[in-house]
Amino acid sequence: MGFIAGLGLAEGMALELTGKEERVIALRSLTSPLVCLLCCRKFELYSMAWNLKEDLRDCLVAAAPYGGPIALMKNNFRKEKSPGSRPLLEIYSASGVPLASVLWKSGQVVQLGWTASEDLLCIQEDGTVLIYNLFCEFKRHFSMGNEVLQNHVREAKVFHTEYGTGVAILTGAHRFSLTTNIDDLKLRRMPEVPGLQKLPSCWAVLSQDRVTIILLAVGQDLYLLDNTSCSVVTPPGISPHAGAYVQMAVSFNYCYLALFTDTGSIWMGTSSLKEKLGEFSCDFRTPPRQMVWCTRPRSKQRAVVAAWDRRLLVAGKSKECIQFILDEDSYLVPELDGVRIFSRTTHEFLHEIPEASEEIFKIASMAPGALLLEAQREYEKQSQKADEYLREIKDQNLLAEAVRQCIEAAGYEHEPETQKSLLRAASFGKCFLDKFPPESFVRTCRDLRVLNAIRDYQIGIPLTFAQYKQLTIEVLLDRLVLRRLYPLAIKICEYLRLSEFQGVSRILAHWACYKVQQKDKSDEEVAHAINQKLGDTPGISYSEIAARAYDCGRTELAIKVLEYEPRSGEQVPLLLKMKKSQLALNKAIESGDTDLVYTVVLHLKNELNRGTFFMTLQKQPVALSLYRQFCKHQELETLKDLYNQDDDHQELGNFHVHSSYSSEKRIEGRVAALQNAVDEYYKAKNEFAAKATEDQIKLLRMQRRLQDELDKPYVDYSLHDTVYGLILDGNHKRAEQLYRDFRIPDKRFWWLKIGALAEREDWEEMEKFSKSKKSPVGYLPFVEICMKHHNRHEAKKYAARVTPEQRVKAHILVRELDQAADAAIEHKNENEMNLVLSKCTAATDSSVVEKINRAKAQILKK
Amino acid sequence: MENLAESRDRGCHVIGRAWRGMAAHLSSGRVNLTALREAGRRELREFLDKCAGSKAIVWDEYLTGPFGLIAQYSLLKEHEVEKMFTLKAGRLPPADVKNIIFFVRPRLELMDIIAENVLSEDRVRSPLRDFHILFVPRRSLLCEQRLKDQGVLGSFIHREQYSLDLIPFDGDLLSMESESAFKECYLENDQTSLYHAAKGLMTLQALYGTIPQIFGKGDCARHVANMMIRMKREFPGGQNSIFPVFDTLLLLDRNVDLLSPLATQLTYEGLIDEIYGIQNTYVKLPPEKFAPKKQGEGGKDLPTEPKKLQLNSAEELYAEIRDKNFNAVVSVLSKKAKIISAAFEERHHAKTVGEIKQFVSQLPHMQAARSSLANHTSIAELIKDITTSEDFFDNLTVEQEFMSGIDTDKVNNYTEDCIAQKHPLIKILRLVCLQSVCNSGLKQKVLDHYKREILQTYGYEHILTLNNLEKAGLLKLQTSSRNNYPTIRKTMRLWMDDVNEQNPNDISYVYSGYAPLSVRLAQLLARPGWRSIEEVLKMLPGPHFEERQQLPTGLQKKRQQGENRVTLVFFLGGVTYAEIAALRFLSQMEDGGTEYVIATTKLINGTNWIKSLMEKLEPPPF
Repeated sequence: MGFIAGLGLAEGMALELTGKEERVIALRSLTSPLVCLLCCRKFELYSMAWNLKEDLRDCLVAAAPYGGPIALMKNNFRKEKSPGSRPLLEIYSASGVPLASVLWKSGQVVQLGWTASEDLLCIQEDGTVLIYNLFCEFKRHFSMGNEVLQNHVREAKVFHTEYGTGVAILTGAHRFSLTTNIDDLKLRRMPEVPGLQKLPSCWAVLSQDRVTIILLAVGQDLYLLDNTSCSVVTPPGISPHAGAYVQMAVSFNYCYLALFTDTGSIWMGTSSLKEKLGEFSCDFRTPPRQMVWCTRPRSKQRAVVAAWDRRLLVAGKSKECIQFILDEDSYLVPELDGVRIFSRTTHEFLHEIPEASEEIFKIASMAPGALLLEAQREYEKQSQKADEYLREIKDQNLLAEAVRQCIEAAGYEHEPETQKSLLRAASFGKCFLDKFPPESFVRTCRDLRVLNAIRDYQIGIPLTFAQYKQLTIEVLLDRLVLRRLYPLAIKICEYLRLSEFQGVSRILAHWACYKVQQKDKSDEEVAHAINQKLGDTPGISYSEIAARAYDCGRTELAIKVLEYEPRSGEQVPLLLKMKKSQLALNKAIESGDTDLVYTVVLHLKNELNRGTFFMTLQKQPVALSLYRQFCKHQELETLKDLYNQDDDHQELGNFHVHSSYSSEKRIEGRVAALQNAVDEYYKAKNEFAAKATEDQIKLLRMQRRLQDELDKPYVDYSLHDTVYGLILDGNHKRAEQLYRDFRIPDKRFWWLKIGALAEREDWEEMEKFSKSKKSPVGYLPFVEICMKHHNRHEAKKYAARVTPEQRVKAHILVRELDQAADAAIEHKNENEMNLVLSKCTAATDSSVVEKINRAKAQILKK
Repeated sequence: MENLAESRDRGCHVIGRAWRGMAAHLSSGRVNLTALREAGRRELREFLDKCAGSKAIVWDEYLTGPFGLIAQYSLLKEHEVEKMFTLKAGRLPPADVKNIIFFVRPRLELMDIIAENVLSEDRVRSPLRDFHILFVPRRSLLCEQRLKDQGVLGSFIHREQYSLDLIPFDGDLLSMESESAFKECYLENDQTSLYHAAKGLMTLQALYGTIPQIFGKGDCARHVANMMIRMKREFPGGQNSIFPVFDTLLLLDRNVDLLSPLATQLTYEGLIDEIYGIQNTYVKLPPEKFAPKKQGEGGKDLPTEPKKLQLNSAEELYAEIRDKNFNAVVSVLSKKAKIISAAFEERHHAKTVGEIKQFVSQLPHMQAARSSLANHTSIAELIKDITTSEDFFDNLTVEQEFMSGIDTDKVNNYTEDCIAQKHPLIKILRLVCLQSVCNSGLKQKVLDHYKREILQTYGYEHILTLNNLEKAGLLKLQTSSRNNYPTIRKTMRLWMDDVNEQNPNDISYVYSGYAPLSVRLAQLLARPGWRSIEEVLKMLPGPHFEERQQLPTGLQKKRQQGENRVTLVFFLGGVTYAEIAALRFLSQMEDGGTEYVIATTKLINGTNWIKSLMEKLEPPPF
């Protein structure tokens, strides 16, 4: 059956679904009709699209909870193995639409099961567990332990706890092993059950207070197996004649336990075995093929559903039970809030009728919701009765309650028409209310729209409202993505206005990751298609997609996809991983993140031989300069090699100068280093630097000689300081020698010498020197220096010799204000006069002040 | 060992003291920078809370100053930081804490020290402590690899980054305090600090909205703008929905204007920085002038520790005078002195209880004003001693000659004399570089002469420093026969003869004649636009450009009549206080139409700037 036909059928079904719905209310006694003990209903979800040739009973069946997929494998256990006829593993959606199939080529499968993330677990006889995805694509495998190899797995169960998805096996040696999380595999071998000679008649995995335990039944005995011990337990309140246990069921939330005995008695209680909830006796003696709990969160009512070949029995606390006739082999899937039942032709849902629905739909109900629904119907018929009903509710002040009931009940309905009529009623009722908060109504409408979309035949995820809330929208989107239903997922995101970041972007990214695995398309095509669809959508990580492409062995595609990644920080590590170091280097440089450049450079350094490495850097000046910095601090020798390779003689010269200070201690070594520098400077045509360094060598040698001869430290003083020091010690000859050898300019030498002489207080020598020839610096410096050393007497000598322009300054320096004033007046220079004035103090220099003021007045007159 | 611990504890004490301070001054400007500081504090708190239990912080010493501007010690204490040490080789001092957190810059040499700390820790039988590392401003793969090589990477539970890029210094001032940014960018071609700058600008945009217009001049500016545009694409979550606070971003390379930092700054704040050096808004001053004036103890115990003062706009008086030409400061101070003493005199007139009460209520404010006035009067005295010295005057005269284009092409006598008298080398280098810049390079003969004089006087080891200055373009050979500087000077009106220091009408007051080129560029950009100076822009190094960042509809600004534009000027490679003063002057101009917020890689002056370019060669010990 094709999709179109399937769809048509679904629509056709929809019309008559309400008719098919079976609502059963079992009442204990007609005298107290209000005590309703067991209300449940069963309605059809789908008419199965699959065209099964074999009976379900001949197959290994696994259906994932939360409306998940169904896996089938023709049970190769029972039939004779004929060579060449391998079993077929098939996966269908809950509506029976085939998703994938694969010819089973591996070993004997004992059990199928689904993980929480909808991967299929195929547990083999040899203890190997193979993991497939929804599309029968092999993902990985693990083993349940070596001892299983000989003893074989006889039975296995897949279970879900807060730790994840677990697997428990029972071996041929009657031992249990389990792991609570297949993604973090830790195998636990359970203790031996004393005296166990045959396989237990039934067993189950329980999870209590975060501890996973196994409950097993051997005849009339019940055993609890925990990590360390095995204990015998007895369910409270069980009659001594109950008989041997042949079937057990644990509820979806691990809270309740049901035991079926060979006398047809069903014991119901808490799984802690501390409390009995009820007991029911039925006419059947044969163990049911399946027994599951039918519960609902936050509801007090609990029921056990047991299925035989042609009969379904729902038993609760009451003495009565409900029975359904099964036309075909059926399979039960316990859910959070009910039980799904599917067979070769149909897929149905059995659940306790929620209170709100019951209130509204109960025959002749007078509940506010029911009245409101009626009112709305009448209103549509334009009947005045609408007003009557409405008034009735309003009089009791229950309109808000009525609206609330309708909204709630709409959520529980599977059929869009029913949902609509309930919502219409709610909307109608809302009109007569002042302040009814709109959120619940809006939210219910939105959620229902989403639910109806995914319940669609082609999608086939029959989630109920409660399951959807439990699952959350994020997980639902993940599941759609897993089924590669990208467009629908995106539509839902857009419809619910989820932020792009957690919604559309994430889905597009998944789509792209899937896209890169399509091997039939060329790299260009795929890369282009991805960019077309994804563009610059925020939150898209092109690098993640590229990583996936690389994992699939499509390096070229990965590079192409990576081109679209705007974050270089993400590009670079992957490029390095793909050994595209050169490209990585380009990207790192583009990013401007120098740390990233360093990372790639050092990576390249380890990867390439030295020559190629240097050549690579040559082409990337940014990287080269960074590497130079690195070498400067970490590997000086490499730095030299780098300069050598570049024929950068200037830097080589600098390098040698550097090392003459940092790495050489002996004078000879330093001279040698400096000589190298000289050579390099010449090669760099930097004559100045070469000559200067030659001078430095000359000075260094001379200093050492001086040091030896005069027994005073001279090495590493500057030329200036050396000469100064020599003069200070009275070694004038040697000073003169240096002055000539190094061609110190006259001016500087004079400054230097008078400074040193003054410090030595060798005034005689200074005077001699001043007369040796005409001073190139004039005589004002002499005045200054003498005054600096507080020798006014000497200073005055030189003050007389300064040039006329400096005379005022000189006289001021030697504190001869009167003469300074004279000179200033002589120069007719007002600035100079003011300068003198500023040095005058009223008390002592009044005559000078007077003199200047007179002169100034005279100038003004002119 | 004990001594070591003790000295570290003392170090911690000093840190603690530096960590006082309020943040009110950050919200005083046009753009409320408190938000940036708050974001920084939040990030810090979140990190600290990740490391549950008592903690000790081991500091990369360089970070304590900048951190002090973000969070006080009390914030750390609230988050169970009980001890603080400075990062040193060897073993960590004992501390009874659960967590040891290293706050470090991502530098390899620091990683080695950390590794040593961690490795020696294991040998001690102290209780087990958890190690964490906080990289400032960014995690580094390189550093983590080094830790891995040293075998300690696994010891760190949390390895995170603290994106402290732009630190708010004042209401209109942000700095990255990256000391070596200029050297790295222009000398070593290492653009790490530019990457941080771009990241910092992204953070700023996340808080203050996308900046619609980006202008820039220079290679580094271009690089930063490119990275910003790139990073915008990288940001997930798409559009920024914050209404933009800044209208324009102007990125300027320091090497577009090498002149301004070389000249001596003549504003009050500029001079304080030139003479005493301001570090992270704090200045240390010689204590003599700050002796407490108490009767009877005349000069008995003069304080010996330097006086440490915080300088920012939180102090009313300082905000008023910081950007004035120093020659205009004294008159303001004396005016203030009169007002304050008059205010104190009021108490004699206070007759009724009500009047006395009112007087008393104003007392704290008046006392604060008085002590602030006393401090600044002392500082002004200190500065005046220097600015009135003959040498300061001579030096300034030469600088101004150069800047106005007099005798820039021959060897300068004053410079020569200073060398002969072995004045501080940095002073000489500033002068020579200034001359070179004002002459578009020096003739071979002149350049060689200066270099020879310097090497002979200060030592041949400075050949590498000279080489660095040449590489940075501060010192260069005149290649073309044409000297561009006069054209630039004239077109941009860089030299103003009629400068008014008291009531300025032009930015040139900050250097008493020279108008900083960088600020002129900003000024001309605002009005009439760079198109008018295309020719000059071509003479300056690097490209100039304009980029527009698309704003989502609804965020486009509709300017009110008379509402000023806000421009963020980012100086890549450093900015001086004088340039900041000039921009503030422009902000305050009545018809200016633009207000400026300033960001930089580092607050610099000529001295510390040249210092950062010097090669420190120490002769080997014998």
